Amino acid sequence: MNSLFYIAAIIAIIATIRMVTGTNAVHSLLYLIVSLLAVSVIFFLLGAPFIAALEVIIYAGAIMVLFVFVIMMLNTGSTGVKKEHELLKPSTWIGPGIISAILFGEMLYILMRPASHPMTSPVIQPAAVGALLFSKYILIVELAAFLLAAGVIGAYHLGRKEKLSYHRYLKKEEPTT
Amino acid sequence: MIENLKYVVLVLAIMLALVLIAAGLIWLERRMLALWQDRYGPNRVGPFGVLQVTADMIKIFFKEDWIPRFADKKVFVVAPSIVMITILLSFAIVPFSPSIGVVNLNIGILFFLAMSSLGAYSVVLAGWASNNKYSLLGAMRGSAQMISYEVFMGLSLMGVVIMTGSFNMRDIVLAQSRVWFVIPQFVGFVIFFIAGIAEAHRLPFDIPEAESELVAGYHSEYSGMKFGMFFVGEYLGITLISALITTLFFGGWLGFHFLPPIVWFLVKMFGFILVFILLRASLPRLRYDQLMSLGWKVLLPLSLLNILVTGAIVLYLNNR
Repeated sequence: MNSLFYIAAIIAIIATIRMVTGTNAVHSLLYLIVSLLAVSVIFFLLGAPFIAALEVIIYAGAIMVLFVFVIMMLNTGSTGVKKEHELLKPSTWIGPGIISAILFGEMLYILMRPASHPMTSPVIQPAAVGALLFSKYILIVELAAFLLAAGVIGAYHLGRKEKLSYHRYLKKEEPTT
Repeated sequence: MIENLKYVVLVLAIMLALVLIAAGLIWLERRMLALWQDRYGPNRVGPFGVLQVTADMIKIFFKEDWIPRFADKKVFVVAPSIVMITILLSFAIVPFSPSIGVVNLNIGILFFLAMSSLGAYSVVLAGWASNNKYSLLGAMRGSAQMISYEVFMGLSLMGVVIMTGSFNMRDIVLAQSRVWFVIPQFVGFVIFFIAGIAEAHRLPFDIPEAESELVAGYHSEYSGMKFGMFFVGEYLGITLISALITTLFFGGWLGFHFLPPIVWFLVKMFGFILVFILLRASLPRLRYDQLMSLGWKVLLPLSLLNILVTGAIVLYLNNR
């Protein structure tokens, strides 16, 4: 159990580092997907199979596909790689590096304290997660629903356009613009 | 030790059987299409032309495996294997009979949904890595189609989950011992079937590889066994969707006692595979905007309504 955890953790760390340092956008995204899958394995090992499945379905399966989709449409090619090389200069990464180092130090401090949590915990069934979401955390769920509804309406508004069709079979009336 | 060995042999046997079934489907499809279109189909090699599959496989293995110079080599090589891996992994949760099955997960359906959403990468990455405009167009259509149809593919199954009270596939089969879920969950069944065709990108939803518009869509640049993996992967996808429809809506291995459970499962599964082939023989391809508006304007609201009504009825019956 422990060795599986460490294997998944090392894969996640290596993949994330490759994701940050890579210059090709699609390759970076693929490393990020590998990292998410490794994190999902960790969730599974820690006794949260439901969260592990959702991690793969939502993050790796839906959000990352959209990322790849957008990068594919932009299709920057070699110019994108050149730009990424410029971004990897020390002057750009030193600021974020310091912030990450502080966070890493805090994490080490928490982990070093004697009262640490044991790694094995009881397996949480999907029904338990659902019951908590709709009782204790109902307010957060509803707020998230508001946010999503606002996003959907905004996207609809931005994407709405008068349909112009010049084909003689499809044309119903003269375009109004 | 013996137990572990038995398990490994069982898993390998299931995988081998699935790949053989998928390869055999190539022959079955050509033969059935021919039957429905009043032709003969492949009938020369071996009895009824069954060995045509062997001939095709030998040909495809010995073909030159060409990687275009303008392609992104690593991604180009990885893409076809993703479809095979994700679909074969999805079969892990399918209970073929009370004793045959790979794993008994308590998040069975979610595991299948996770794997099918990862399967979209194979289309997207293949199209992107080919560096070809037709492939890219096919990949973009494919990713949009698979993302939208995944949404209510998951939602349409929630009716079954509500009625069973579990994501576990074996629990779902056992919950159908009185009545198959196709009767109380008919709407869910229809939506899942349509979404399943779109996930396997078969006609009438084969827009990502529409050969009359996009050469061969996302796998235009593939040849040899890499193309073979997409080809067999498509038939594995059909087998997977048929196996899942059987398990979730038609009682899985349940049936009358004169036949063993595995036979009942296979009979039902092959019935649905034949329906898939009949759809290809009879329906024309949809237009892209028709596909999207059907998905988001009709099937998504219907699946949400299905969940609402099922949940209300189950709550009412439980509290009475």
